[in-house]
Amino acid sequence: MESASWIFLVAGAGFCVIGGIGLLRMPDFYARTHAAGVTDTMGAGLVLLGLMLQAPTALIGVKLVIILGFLWLVGPTAGHALFKAAYADGVEVHEGPDIASQVAAAMADVEDEPSPEPEDGDAVPD
Amino acid sequence: MFIAAMVGVLVTMLLALVAAVRGPTVYDRILAVNMFGTKTVLLIAVAGFLAGRPEFLDLALVYALVNFIGTIAVLKFARFGSLGRDDHRGLL
Repeated sequence: MESASWIFLVAGAGFCVIGGIGLLRMPDFYARTHAAGVTDTMGAGLVLLGLMLQAPTALIGVKLVIILGFLWLVGPTAGHALFKAAYADGVEVHEGPDIASQVAAAMADVEDEPSPEPEDGDAVPD
Repeated sequence: MFIAAMVGVLVTMLLALVAAVRGPTVYDRILAVNMFGTKTVLLIAVAGFLAGRPEFLDLALVYALVNFIGTIAVLKFARFGSLGRDDHRGLL
């Protein structure tokens, strides 16, 4: 029980740190919302679960359950409100590389050039 | 090991503060401050267990409640410029 609690605590702290790094490094606001959501659900959930396993009395465990339930209700709600407000206000969406068109162009190139050296035919004097 | 969890939460709070100072839009700042508040709840809970006084959980619960209300209030203020208006046109 003790070691399971330690694992949960350390994993939760790791999720929190990863979410914090994501909050600093994600390219646009909407992706940062995702990074903050990770810490609100997985990070808080794992840390509070780890504390729950070490609760000395039942009342402490119930309080931890209440806090966890409230955080799980409220984190996504606040995230959704933020997301919607930012979208209504016109915060721009980061346009990543257009993977689909790049793949399509590469496929077209492969189909257009069946031989690896198609231009040598003209250059060779006969 | 409570120390390890506490250090992780504190590092996250530091990163959230940096994001709140740096964030280009006001929504980034609100997001970072909301995350800071959530991590405050975790920090108080872990600190209570670390000090052997889990009664701190009541404080953590109050912080969780206040943090949500504060986030929504700041969000409304940033959107409408006032907390007293009652036209919510399609938001919240």
